[in-house]
Amino acid sequence: MRIAVLALQGAFNEHEQVLQRLGVETFEVRQLSDWQQPKDGLILPGGESTVQMRLLSQLGLLEPVREAILGGLPVFGTCAGMILLSEGRLGTMDIRVRRNAYGRQLGSFHTEGQVEGTGNHVPMTFIRAPYIEEILSPRCQVLAEVDGHIVAAQQGNQLATSFHPELDQDLRIHQHFMQMVSAVSRLVA
Amino acid sequence: MVNERQDLNRQLAQMLKGGVIMDVTTPEQARIAEEAGACAVMALERIPADIRAAGGVSRMSDPKMIRGIQEAVSIPVMAKCRIGHIAEAQILQAIEIDYIDESEVLSPADNIYHIDKTKFDVPFVCGAKNLGEALRRIAEGATMIRTKGEPGTGDVVQAVSHMRLMQSEIRRLVSMSDDELFEAAKQLQAPYELVRFVHENGKLPVVNFAAGGVATPADAALMMQLGAEGVFVGSGIFKSGNPRKRAAAIVQAVTNYQDAKLLAELSEDLGEAMVGINEQEIELLMAERGK
Repeated sequence: MRIAVLALQGAFNEHEQVLQRLGVETFEVRQLSDWQQPKDGLILPGGESTVQMRLLSQLGLLEPVREAILGGLPVFGTCAGMILLSEGRLGTMDIRVRRNAYGRQLGSFHTEGQVEGTGNHVPMTFIRAPYIEEILSPRCQVLAEVDGHIVAAQQGNQLATSFHPELDQDLRIHQHFMQMVSAVSRLVA
Repeated sequence: MVNERQDLNRQLAQMLKGGVIMDVTTPEQARIAEEAGACAVMALERIPADIRAAGGVSRMSDPKMIRGIQEAVSIPVMAKCRIGHIAEAQILQAIEIDYIDESEVLSPADNIYHIDKTKFDVPFVCGAKNLGEALRRIAEGATMIRTKGEPGTGDVVQAVSHMRLMQSEIRRLVSMSDDELFEAAKQLQAPYELVRFVHENGKLPVVNFAAGGVATPADAALMMQLGAEGVFVGSGIFKSGNPRKRAAAIVQAVTNYQDAKLLAELSEDLGEAMVGINEQEIELLMAERGK
C-alpha cells in the first residue's frame, strides 16, 4: 500500500506520521513528477484551501488529480482537503461547503462525537473549520454531525472531514480510510 | 501545562506550515496577497522598511484598518502589538484577530517583561534569535515562533544566523545525556520541561517560521532548507517592482524549495527587488529588542 500525500502547503506531515504508525508507506506530492508515481490512495491535508487550489492549478496538478479521483482513486480530505473536494473546486464530491463556518480562530474548538462506521467518542479538532452546508446527491452519505452541522461524509471512494484526525492520537478515521483503500485494491486485483 | 486553547492555537500554526505570511497595509494589498497564495496576512499601518525610515515610536495599528483587512480576505489575519503591551493585545483579541505578533518591529512597551500569553485565548507568535529566547517565549504562552532576522532591511543574513543558531542548539540538546539537561536549561535560561521536550523530539514544541529580510524566492528557499517550516515576508513584497508576481513566486518557492530548476524559473523577470540595507548601515537593531 502506498499513499500519496498532497504536500503543497499545510499539515501534511501530520498525516504522514499517522499513516507511518499504521505501517503504511507514504510519499509527498509537491509537483507533477511526484504525482506520476504509482499510488493506492491520496490524502488532501488541512491548510489554506485558497493556497492549495492556486498551487494545484499552477503546478498542473488540478486535472490529473480530479481525473484520478473520478477514476476511483481513494481520497481522504481533511478541513481544507474537504473544501478541495467540494463543489466549485475539484468538484468530485457532491457537497457544498461553507468555509470558516465557525468564524475566526477564537471559534476553533475540540470535541468528541460519533462517526458512522467508525465508532463513538471520536476526537474532533476543528481549526477555523468548514462544515458541509448541503449534500447535493444521494450518492453522498453523512457520517457525522456536530451541533446539527455535517462534519464528515463519504461518497464511494471519497472521504471528507471538517475536523483533523491527524492532530489527535485516535487512529480510527485513518484506519477507515485504509479499509476503503484495501477494498479498491482488491477490486483492481 | 498546555491548556486546550493553547493546543488549538498551536494547531492553527500547524495549518500555516509550508506557507507564506505577507505584510499588508491596505485591503487592496491583502487581496493581492491572498490571490498570490499567502496562507495568512499581517495587517499593519507601515511595513518595517517604512517604520525604519520614519523613526519615532511605532505602535499597534488602528483597529479600523485591521478590520478593513479582515473583511477583505478569507485567510487568517495577524496583527502586531508592542512587546509587553498587554492592553494592545487585549484590543487585538477584542477584534478577534487570528494571531497576535508580539513584535520587536514595534517600539517595546516594556523593557523587562513580555506579555503573559497564557492569559489570552487568541494565539501569539513571537520572534527569537536563539533557542533560549524561543523557549522563554513558549513558556510565556507563544504558540508559534519565528526568527527575528533584521526586519525592513531586505537582508537575509540575520534570519539565516538565527535559524542556524537555533537548529544547532537543538541538535546539541538532542545529543546530550539526561543528566546534562538540567545544566543546559540553566544556561539557556529556559524551563527544564521545554528543554527536555526538545531533547526528546529534536524540534520546538511549536511551529517555527523564518522572518526578517526575506526578499526573493531564493531567500525563501534558503530558509526552508535551513529548517524553517514557513516564511514571513514583510517589506520584501510591496517594496518591490512587481509585488503580485514576486509574491506568487515566493509562495511556489516555499513549496518546491529543493527544486533548483523550478527556482530558476521562478526567479526570472521579477523586476526590482527591494533595495535593501545592510545591518552595518542601520542604526537600530530591532533583533536586540525583547530577549
